[in-house]
Amino acid sequence: MKPPTEIETMSAADTAAENPVVGIDQTAGDFSYKVDYAFDAGTGLSEDTVRYISSVKKEASWLLEFRLNALKKFLAMPLPTHWATKDLENIDFSKIRYYLSQGQKPKRTWDEVPDDIKKTFERLGIPEQERKFLAGVEAQFDSEAAYSNIKDLVSKQGVIFVNSTEGLREHPELFKKFFGKVIPTGDNKFSALNSAVFSGGSFIYVPKGVKVAQPLQAYFRINAENFGQFERTLIIADEGSEVVYMEGCTAPKFSTSTLHSAVVELVALKGAKIQYITVQNWANNVFNLVTKRGVAHEDAEIKWIDCNIGSRLTMKYPGVVLKGERARGEVLSIALANDGQHQDTGAKMIHAANNTTSNIIAKSISVGQGRSTYRGVVHIPKHLKGCKNNTECDALLINSNSRTDTYPAITVRGDRNATQHEASVSKVNEEMIFYMQQRGLTEGQAMSLAVNGFINDLARQFPMEYSVELKRLIDLEMEGSVG
Amino acid sequence: MSSLEIKNLHVAIGDKEIVKGLSLTIRSGEIHAIMGPNGTGKSTLSKAIAGHPDYAITGGDVLVDGVSILEQEADERARAGVFLAFQYPSEIPGVSIANFLRAAQQARLGEGEELDATAYYKRLYSKMDLLKIDRKFTSRSVNEGFSGGEKKRCEILQMAMLEPKFALMDETDSGLDIDALRIVADGVNTMRGPNLGVLLITHYQRLLDYIVPDFVHVMWDGRIVKSGDKSLALELEAKGYDWVKKELVTA
Repeated sequence: MKPPTEIETMSAADTAAENPVVGIDQTAGDFSYKVDYAFDAGTGLSEDTVRYISSVKKEASWLLEFRLNALKKFLAMPLPTHWATKDLENIDFSKIRYYLSQGQKPKRTWDEVPDDIKKTFERLGIPEQERKFLAGVEAQFDSEAAYSNIKDLVSKQGVIFVNSTEGLREHPELFKKFFGKVIPTGDNKFSALNSAVFSGGSFIYVPKGVKVAQPLQAYFRINAENFGQFERTLIIADEGSEVVYMEGCTAPKFSTSTLHSAVVELVALKGAKIQYITVQNWANNVFNLVTKRGVAHEDAEIKWIDCNIGSRLTMKYPGVVLKGERARGEVLSIALANDGQHQDTGAKMIHAANNTTSNIIAKSISVGQGRSTYRGVVHIPKHLKGCKNNTECDALLINSNSRTDTYPAITVRGDRNATQHEASVSKVNEEMIFYMQQRGLTEGQAMSLAVNGFINDLARQFPMEYSVELKRLIDLEMEGSVG
Repeated sequence: MSSLEIKNLHVAIGDKEIVKGLSLTIRSGEIHAIMGPNGTGKSTLSKAIAGHPDYAITGGDVLVDGVSILEQEADERARAGVFLAFQYPSEIPGVSIANFLRAAQQARLGEGEELDATAYYKRLYSKMDLLKIDRKFTSRSVNEGFSGGEKKRCEILQMAMLEPKFALMDETDSGLDIDALRIVADGVNTMRGPNLGVLLITHYQRLLDYIVPDFVHVMWDGRIVKSGDKSLALELEAKGYDWVKKELVTA
């Protein structure tokens, strides 16, 4: 087992100055390609930055107003350090680059995608099975979509799948109707920041009754030092429709901190189903502060599947507002915190109608000095009846230095609703590792298998190619984490 | 022909010496039984050979085919052909037996080599047929919620798949009913042959009714104090361990 590292004794300033990654082989992500940044907003954030972004994107005046208003809110709001980690104070907002574009129009075909970007996909090791999906991929390369192709099949069904800039330009009425409604600008400091400087992300509209057979996919990566990425995604599933959206994230390694702050809004109208799947592996200097929420109307269903690996700090609590009767919300979440990482994740379920049900299953793995925190909110007000919630949080510790905290806030009022909550903390014990080693597995392989076993019941619910990728990421993390 | 040589081995847990100079050589094709009362260091011996981190080897050597394995990690020893059938095998939640064995096979391949999945399953199923194990068994998580008999069956299947040069069977029979005992015995007898050497560690003679050993050793206070053939086990059964104790005193 790996001895404690020096991280513990380092001051916050030291940690900020140096890459806090200890003993992790991140070379797989250790590359970056020269990019000709035709448009660049420079570093720092001011009204000028926001105006610059809006003008480059040739946006309507209402949107500029929206952005400027959001900027004011962002500047006025304090960091949420009264409940969240003080590490947030180490983000230097004046050193972040808020907008960067290759000056490219979104690409339509694979052939038109620059070789550099293809090479990046190659280096990311996207499995063959997933490459076939790439034809339908909306991939954000830095802040603009470098490749965007709606598959014939999807567009024939009337599905809109474009980047958010294009969505705003071509479908302003539809966009405006739902944009910022699920997550108001001032929801939190980072949703305000995103609202001020967002670019990229996806806009999806699925018409009534359309069931999209193929999952829509997007890959995101950060490619410029000090570059914050602020994508904005809005998915609207009209009555009775169904869609699965998957995002995978991986990023090259940098020496200074970088910020990722996305906002994702989902709207599932009557009887619609949305499944949103994330498997992310951010570089270990990334602050990943994301707001994700969906509104489920009558008989609708929203399911978040969220895997957080990597990053310096992730704060993410996907939520569902159960607005219509019999709406269902689900969050399945897996977090792996390695040395120098803090995964602060969880879920929010807001019951606002009778007979609504929600299910939260969260599994966290803490390795070495890694820290996992679960925060959950379940709210069932007194006047409702027939509401049900199930919450399960399981934590796995892979050495005695790991830290895990659980903060479940379950408010169930009235006597006509039901909730159950289970939490467990377990350790990968030495006997189990010895047993596996005795069968010929190295310590790293044994750890990796134990972790994969721990999350197996959740990972099984993922699409095949994603569970394969998740396993590969865990193998990589675990093999680097033993001495 | 392979050999497992244990030379004047001393093993300690913390400050306490448990094995106090034990020597024994096992060759392929041989089955050796080590018998002895509780607390004489039988289990310690097997775990120390397998490389358990809690057991410190304070003297002597263990060699496989003339090469010392003491500097090797537990997994290297396993890949060198030493298999330990555990008295209390660990549970591995969420990992199926099939996947576990697949990972163990994969770990034996060189870098960049991929296990042929089709061939692997074919082999797994043929071994299961040989050991009369139901196909559904390998989709269950390793040892999780298993009965005593199922745990032994799982150990035997792993042994059959990994084809070790030497199997150390640690109190394999303890707490087993007669049916479970038969599973173990049938498994070992099926695998018995010129390529396998076995060290059977047992407290009771009854296992030796089913697996007939070539050699029987009596362990006492960290050493082998008496060796013989299978008749020694019967004698021990008839006279009890006190008989050995008395002999030791008079000697």
